[in-house]
Amino acid sequence: MNALLEMQGISKHFAGVKALSDVTFAVRPGEIHALVGENGAGKSTLMKVLSGVYPHGSYDGAIVFDGEERRFSDINASESLGIIIIHQELALVPLLSIAENIFIANPPGRFGIIDRGAVHQRTKELLAKVGLDESPDTLVTNIGVGKQQLVEIAKALSKKVRLLILDEPTASLSEKDSAALLDLLLEFKAQGIASILISHKLNEVSKVADRITVLRDGRTVDTLDCHDGAVEEDRIISKMVDRDLEHRYPKREPNIGGPIFKVTNWSAYHPLHSERQVIRNVDFEVRRGEIVGIAGLMGAGRTEFAMSIFGRSWGQKITGRAEMEGRPIDLSTVRRAIDAGLAYVTEDRKQLGLLLAEDIRKNVTLANLPAIAPGRIIDDMKELRVASDYRGRMHIRCHSVFQETGKLSGGNQQKVVLSKWLFTDPKVLILDEPTRGIDVGAKYEIYCIINELADAGKGVVVISSEMPELLGICDRICVMNEGAFVGEFTGTEASQEKIMRAIMRKGEQRPMEALA
Amino acid sequence: MSDTALKDKPQHAGFLKNNLREYGMLISLFAIMIFFEVVTNGTLMRPLNLTNLVLQNSYIVIMALGMLLVIVTGHIDLSVGSVAGFIGAVAAVLMVKFDVHYIPATLICLALGGLIGAAQGYWVAYFKIPSFIVTLAGMLVFKGLALAILAGQSVGPFPPTFQKLSSGFIPELVPDAGGLYPTSLAVGAVLALGLVWLNFRGRARQEAHHVETEPYGFFVAKNVALFGIITYFAYLIASHRGMPNVLVIMTALIALYAFVTTRTTIGRQIYAVGGNEKAAKLSGIKTERLTFLTFVNMGVLAALAGLVFAARLNTATPKAGLGFELDVIAACFIGGASAYGGVGRVGGAVIGALIMGVMNNGMSILGIGIDYQQVIKGLVLLGAVCLDVYNQRRA
Repeated sequence: MNALLEMQGISKHFAGVKALSDVTFAVRPGEIHALVGENGAGKSTLMKVLSGVYPHGSYDGAIVFDGEERRFSDINASESLGIIIIHQELALVPLLSIAENIFIANPPGRFGIIDRGAVHQRTKELLAKVGLDESPDTLVTNIGVGKQQLVEIAKALSKKVRLLILDEPTASLSEKDSAALLDLLLEFKAQGIASILISHKLNEVSKVADRITVLRDGRTVDTLDCHDGAVEEDRIISKMVDRDLEHRYPKREPNIGGPIFKVTNWSAYHPLHSERQVIRNVDFEVRRGEIVGIAGLMGAGRTEFAMSIFGRSWGQKITGRAEMEGRPIDLSTVRRAIDAGLAYVTEDRKQLGLLLAEDIRKNVTLANLPAIAPGRIIDDMKELRVASDYRGRMHIRCHSVFQETGKLSGGNQQKVVLSKWLFTDPKVLILDEPTRGIDVGAKYEIYCIINELADAGKGVVVISSEMPELLGICDRICVMNEGAFVGEFTGTEASQEKIMRAIMRKGEQRPMEALA
Repeated sequence: MSDTALKDKPQHAGFLKNNLREYGMLISLFAIMIFFEVVTNGTLMRPLNLTNLVLQNSYIVIMALGMLLVIVTGHIDLSVGSVAGFIGAVAAVLMVKFDVHYIPATLICLALGGLIGAAQGYWVAYFKIPSFIVTLAGMLVFKGLALAILAGQSVGPFPPTFQKLSSGFIPELVPDAGGLYPTSLAVGAVLALGLVWLNFRGRARQEAHHVETEPYGFFVAKNVALFGIITYFAYLIASHRGMPNVLVIMTALIALYAFVTTRTTIGRQIYAVGGNEKAAKLSGIKTERLTFLTFVNMGVLAALAGLVFAARLNTATPKAGLGFELDVIAACFIGGASAYGGVGRVGGAVIGALIMGVMNNGMSILGIGIDYQQVIKGLVLLGAVCLDVYNQRRA
């Protein structure tokens, strides 16, 4: 079969570092080709070479598209051939409407005057194609991330797309939105549009991909054909990391004690819409040495619940009782929550977790400065000792603790955030999507850290959208939907089906009945 | 245990390159000074002129210290010139018209400055109104109020003791030393020795903890240069009329703010707020209160600068403080502060202020008109920031 795209012997250097070496990659017409690999394996670099972000001449090798060698000078050159890339970080303008976003670069019209009618009409057609039921005039800021992703795809379709590249399209989507997106890819395939899907989520990859190419350390390791029988996830993983992952989740013997942290009748309202109750009279409890998972779809209220507990960082009109080790505690400010023994590791470590321009050392000590600053004057050597200590304990890979956190990989950044919270010596840690955007190897390390924390007698709460992860590490899983807990399972009895059923059942019943 | 982790391999080769940014500013200052020293045929560094240089720029330096903190938290204060002018006017009215003793008058003025800062900081910190707008309003308000309380006229002169704030010199303990003021020289030498001692102590501590240190030769050379330069300047200053009072105030403030920003928890927290306000907040830092306090601090320093300026002119005029904010803000940005917040050093802001001051002074000596002076200053500001951005991209 003739390939639509062939990348032959691509090599790319950055200031002495070899990011890609002799990568070969081919996409057939109308196929979904998944590109997988650990963070830093070179997936994004390869796609940047393909789309012309790194222009011809800055790399070695050849790109053949449609049977001709192409030398893209910039991204416009590749787009004009129908190679459209959708980046992981969405590139939409929040305060413009869907229609304006879709036609932001070249709106239909004459002499620079936009034909609004045409924009509206064409946007409607595009939205119908991607199955998004929103008015073209809706502002992008008012729709969820899942829908924004669809807008991005509609935007891609507004150009003549022949090869669609999606970089981690489902990283921030719920299972339901992810499934819809993948269905869309299959539909495009039926129309003859080829896709390159970059993803960490192997279950999705094996669901839709025709072929899977694995990159490791800037080299092509293998291309697996999914039509030659099912490709096992573990096989892909072992290719990605070059080691057989016997278990994706470390083993642990739980040693669970008495209750340590408890909230009762916890309610919170939306920060902007004060009549909208988002967290509905929730009761929740963690025991010493226990790992509790909170499962739920995007928008179920998990993050909102956690942040409303953590010093009222989210919402308004927050009510309810909180107890730590049987004593009532005051959670009205973040400082008080920390002092009460609570720590919250945010789902968005770049926006909410780290000072990206500061070094590892200053990030690690930030939440507990008094411990290194007797009399409010910082003992810099003590600080250095603390940071170096965590660097060793958490295996933060860096050339020194004076390295900027912004320059670390996702997994190492997450370890810095975890170090920061461990340094506050919390009794209970709430980890919100602790492994989002982290490669497989680092995930395993994070799980080990979580286990160690539980073994040290702390209560650990893990919020995650990846159900296998919750099933793999939790002693107990609570299911949240529409701001209330709708089901609870022990780690051994839980399964993806049971969790999904708990969520779906909730949708059919009235909120309070489901709790009974 | 952690000892091995602490031992980071020293890499001397890239040392100078890595630290060029830090020293680049200082090198620029010296280059500019040497340039003007040459083209003005040695007028720039004459003791008389040097003393003038200090007096002329003291209020800019003082305000730059406060402005740096404001900029580091990610804000800006456009009102400082007007506030300084307004406080000068209040001081004049209190001391000249109402005969208030200069000590309570000064305290009232400083407190009033803090109050003004608090009033502006309140809107910025708690109401989340952009500081650009709040302080633009403040700029108009206090410019107007200064005009109002002076009734459009100049008010002066100040009591002689108050004038000493700007025009006074530290007392000379050794009488009649043939044109030289030994006390001033000694103060300068002690200061230089103190700094060198601090550097050596810091290095010893770092070595004890196996932290990467700069090459020893470079370190020694740096300290020799530091000692030599400070003592030389002290000598020049001492051979005119001794150390101006305001230089003492300025030096003490620089030392205080350098210490607060680098070594205290509140300093660290201010940088955290500027670096990532949301992350700082979720780390238990009271971001609003810190922002508020930086504005209060700015207000007090603007008031102090207003007093120094009024004392120097020996009169309060409605035009006092006009355009100061531009010099002050420019000093911070030339000194490497980032307009996005989170980045900037006290030393940088001071050097930035001195660069502006030396250029003002040098160009005036050369007889360049105020028109082209502003053109050149504007270009230097743009150039300095461009260079900084370029360096950061490359890194």
